[in-house]
Amino acid sequence: MAPRDTGVIHDIGYRNYDGARLGRSYLVRSLFVQSLRGAYGLGRPARSKVMPALLLAAITFPALIIVVVTMVTGSQELPLAYTDYVPYTFYIVAVFLAAQAPQLISHDLRFRTVPLYFSRPINAADYVIAKYGALAAALFALMAMPLLVMYVGAMLTELPFWAQTRGVAKGLTGAVLFAVLLAGLGAVIASATPRRGFGVAAIIAVIMVSYTVVSAVQGISVETDHVKVATLADLFSPFNLANAVQLWIFDIEVNPLFDEVPTADGGQGLLFVAMYLACVAGSVAFLLMRYRKASAR
Amino acid sequence: MTDPLRPAQDAPLIRTAALTKKYPRVTALDQLTMTVDRGVIGLVGANGAGKSTLIKILLGLVEPTSGTAEVLGLDAATQGPDLRRLVGYMPEHECLPPDVSATEYVVHLARMSGLPPTAARERTADTLRHVGLYEERYRPIGGYSTGMRQRVKLAQALVHDPRLVFLDEPTNGLDPVGRDEMLALIRRVGADFGISVLVASHLLGELERTCDHVVIIDGGRLLRSSAIGAYTGRTEVLAVEVTDEPDGLVALLDQAGLSARRAGKLVEVRLNGHDEAYDTVRDAVARLGVGLVRLEQQRHRIEEVFTDGTP
Repeated sequence: MAPRDTGVIHDIGYRNYDGARLGRSYLVRSLFVQSLRGAYGLGRPARSKVMPALLLAAITFPALIIVVVTMVTGSQELPLAYTDYVPYTFYIVAVFLAAQAPQLISHDLRFRTVPLYFSRPINAADYVIAKYGALAAALFALMAMPLLVMYVGAMLTELPFWAQTRGVAKGLTGAVLFAVLLAGLGAVIASATPRRGFGVAAIIAVIMVSYTVVSAVQGISVETDHVKVATLADLFSPFNLANAVQLWIFDIEVNPLFDEVPTADGGQGLLFVAMYLACVAGSVAFLLMRYRKASAR
Repeated sequence: MTDPLRPAQDAPLIRTAALTKKYPRVTALDQLTMTVDRGVIGLVGANGAGKSTLIKILLGLVEPTSGTAEVLGLDAATQGPDLRRLVGYMPEHECLPPDVSATEYVVHLARMSGLPPTAARERTADTLRHVGLYEERYRPIGGYSTGMRQRVKLAQALVHDPRLVFLDEPTNGLDPVGRDEMLALIRRVGADFGISVLVASHLLGELERTCDHVVIIDGGRLLRSSAIGAYTGRTEVLAVEVTDEPDGLVALLDQAGLSARRAGKLVEVRLNGHDEAYDTVRDAVARLGVGLVRLEQQRHRIEEVFTDGTP
């Protein structure tokens, strides 16, 4: 061994690592946490925090107003159902998805960091689980925030405990439905393009165009008394689909996206659930295929 | 069955048997059989010779069409995840995000190799220092020079203290000074850190200076796998350089019964086993009254494998 210069602190020679090497679940968790933090700009430059913070504030602000109105009027219930909140603010969720899915997914492709992951013990499925999970969790956090604000406000104004708790539980379940479906859509589009701008534009386009087309079809169908067509049109837009599944599961009569479109009946409901599951499974399958290919390059 | 995290110490570093990888239109590796032991191993071949494919197979990321590959006693095709705990990989291309700092990024990748959070931070600080990144490690990578980026790429491959690290063209894009520093660093990784290195390059000169053992592949086939000494052994040719035109010296040496010929500015003298040739050359130079610049036995070079196949 070469003699050491005792006056130089930084050259202490190489030390081997004999400590723990944790398993795959730790790796997936680490990637999940890092990606989730990244979705809100944590651990990244200040400018990356601006967009998610603004959107979180934007989606929470109406909830604060609802709480204040309830307190001032002394009403015995909130003016808006928990399950209606996400459909009413869906454009904020869409913007968040369009901005952050490319950040979570395309970023690794664009800067070609994917090989650094796959030269480590994780495989394509681990990567997909962590990234999809992080995007879904980030979306859920965005939608859960205002619901929790409403719930805390309701508790502070001493609204009936059980009714409110049931309501917020339904709202949060609905948020999970939205988060899982939309994260899959966003991840698939983002993984298809390393270019951030394309990803943002494509996600916004798919969500907004499908929503607009479906709304137009529903408008015409309702006008011409084809309400069944109006209900089934919900199959063809991700937000409408998640909303329709939520309405059917909780047996909610009034559709917050379009009040003249009736909620699905039993058979239609199963069709919606099947479509929903097929979309999620399809997203996962696409991502697995995409990253199995990427790991071998 | 051996514990995957403690592979048999006596297993060779890398062993392949009839390793073949065919893509629809091209055969990247063709019946490659070789065994190499610990140390700094050079992997030479022209661009497209199959170096990167071989590394991907050895990482367990690409499945061979036929044949087997073992790294540290682990089967690359079936024990990929276990194997990848024990090896590091520095890709040829750019692979760093510009918007995070080197510290932040390498800590993350250390965790992705299974290091617990505290260990990941400590090892990152140590490793970045060892590769020569100091204060700048807290700044976003986007502002780094090519040399600094290459160091970060090397650091992420070393941060989990692997047994073996694959370096794919580590001197790409570096200026001569940066290249020398990177090669010195690679030597240190092999000698001081005790980590075996497989360094792929198409630059033979670099590998001559850096490696203990060189594997040469060409068109996916093994051309040769030998210790560096076997490539760079002495030849039976003495190179003489003098301060004057060498023709006079050639004539004198011919008279003295030596086989000498002019090669550019040099005179090449065949030794054929008799060392008195040195004395003859010295006397001839003295008689001509010119200055003697160089008198040395020539060495083989790895290049000769490609030019005439027999170094």
